[in-house]
Amino acid sequence: MYSHILVAVDGSDNAFRAAQEAIKIAKLSQTSMVEIVYVVNVEKVKNELLRAGSPETMELARQRKIAPVEQALTAAQVSFQTTILKGTPGPEIVRYANEKQVDLVVIGSRGLNRFQEMVLGSVSHKVMKRVQCPALVVK
Amino acid sequence: MQTLKEQWFGNVRGDILSGIVVALALIPEAIAFSIIAGVDPMVGLYASFCIATIIAFVGGRPAMISAATGAMALVMTSLVKEHGLQYLLAATILTGLLQLLFGVLGIAKLMRFVPNAVMIGFVNALAILIFMAQVPHFLKEGLWTYLFIAITLLIVYVVPRFFKAIPAPLIAIVILTIVTFTTGIDLKTIGDLGAIERALPSFFLPNVPFNLETVMIILPYSLALSIVGLLESLLTAQIVDEMTSTKSDKNREARGQGIANIINGFFGGMAGCAMIGQSVINVKSGGRGRLSTLVAGVFLMFLIIVLGDLVVDIPMPVLVGIMIMVSIGTFDWGSFRYIVTAPRADAFVMIVTVLIVVYTDNLAIGVVIGVILSALFFVATVSKVTIQQRGTTYIIEGPLFFASTKSFMQTFEQIEASSITIDLSSSHLWDESAVGALVKVIHRLEAQHIQVNVIGLNPASQALYNQLSGLTINH
Repeated sequence: MYSHILVAVDGSDNAFRAAQEAIKIAKLSQTSMVEIVYVVNVEKVKNELLRAGSPETMELARQRKIAPVEQALTAAQVSFQTTILKGTPGPEIVRYANEKQVDLVVIGSRGLNRFQEMVLGSVSHKVMKRVQCPALVVK
Repeated sequence: MQTLKEQWFGNVRGDILSGIVVALALIPEAIAFSIIAGVDPMVGLYASFCIATIIAFVGGRPAMISAATGAMALVMTSLVKEHGLQYLLAATILTGLLQLLFGVLGIAKLMRFVPNAVMIGFVNALAILIFMAQVPHFLKEGLWTYLFIAITLLIVYVVPRFFKAIPAPLIAIVILTIVTFTTGIDLKTIGDLGAIERALPSFFLPNVPFNLETVMIILPYSLALSIVGLLESLLTAQIVDEMTSTKSDKNREARGQGIANIINGFFGGMAGCAMIGQSVINVKSGGRGRLSTLVAGVFLMFLIIVLGDLVVDIPMPVLVGIMIMVSIGTFDWGSFRYIVTAPRADAFVMIVTVLIVVYTDNLAIGVVIGVILSALFFVATVSKVTIQQRGTTYIIEGPLFFASTKSFMQTFEQIEASSITIDLSSSHLWDESAVGALVKVIHRLEAQHIQVNVIGLNPASQALYNQLSGLTINH
């Protein structure tokens, strides 16, 4: 079974649904471990810092985005760890997943609206194309 | 923090490559910011070379890029217009001295007193001013100007999606300068704004009379420049810290900014500071160490020598387009939601900061008033004391200090009972006013033969009470 499942989390509802699917899969096997990956978008650090006011508040804001997923994993009694990366979300997830040779990547789709997707491209689509392992995109 | 050796040579390949990218990206901005300031483009280019090169050695935040900036250019515009370049150079040196002094005094701690509402107001006002500075360059300039601005914007936003090796603004400059040159389209160029002298930077004293009058002219500008420069530099340092997950010495950075501006002024450059945009480009391109900043400065000098003659032929609409891009990138677009969702006082402070800057054309005044305003709002918020009455017990909730003692005292003006208890366990006595108010209430009530019990003072408040009242509570 999938022993190392990576689930990408960004605080959106889609990411939470992705985490729920990851839990279902992890539950199938005793040895499965879920790794929550949150990528800090380095290009948005300026806006994040302006909004938060101080580095501590900024970390608290990130923690708030991850907490619901951690809570769900704890409730489901699935073993997990949390990793915070810095970079451009899509490529960074791909790089990390390939480097760690994870067994499955679970990612939510449509975190962006249609216009954003047109301009920026879909993150989940790029990740799905480039990871060297099975990927599950959750609607 | 890393060792000095790591800061210089920990990432040689990445630093050299990113430094080159930054040098290329600096050219359009240094030229455009010079035009905002009203000086020869060479003044901005030299400043960028000087500051980047010096700050590589004396700065506190490796991989941060400092050069001629829009924020500083906007502050100096009226000085240049009224008194000329020589006064700007003198002001730059004085700015450096002030920043050095602030750094020695530990200014970084004071940054904590600038709330985020003011910082958001600062970047938004900066974006608006940069945009407004472009308006005279395109209004009523004809169809070709608008077309070239549009093409520039198209290039800077679309090209990076497919090709990232060379900064898109530079691509826009090169392509559109060639197009203008070969087709002979009649567009205003940088050369049309005034003669450009090109010489290697050299050391000289600003040609100003050394007297009190000169100091009085430049001091307000230098003060504003040093505040704006340090504010943007320390914000940028925080951003780079966060991007690279490393720490930096903010007071050393403040001193470094000072040293860089002093030397920069003697070499004929305009005052500068750290740049958020360029520093982000540097880190994203792989820059992590001091070497990246040094390479950016040195390679920029090389480009100035090689390309210097071509600067005059750059069409103005291209620079206008690039500045519009910079202004869009500087503006905090989340602000519109912030105005709706943030606490009312914060939203108000943010908007007032923007309005003051746009009205006075001075970023420093907006920041100072914004900080004062939010401090007052803070005092108003924490000075709310609620008093609950349960029988003859009065429970005080909220801190007691100079701004909050009035409502506290009013509560005890008309007491009918023969004995009351004041419960201070949810409160704290902060200053003389608080102790004074408590003593006064007790004395007044006792004069009316009402017995007063004070309970729940926390140890710090008790100590202050004992010290200031000269007695111990034993009622």
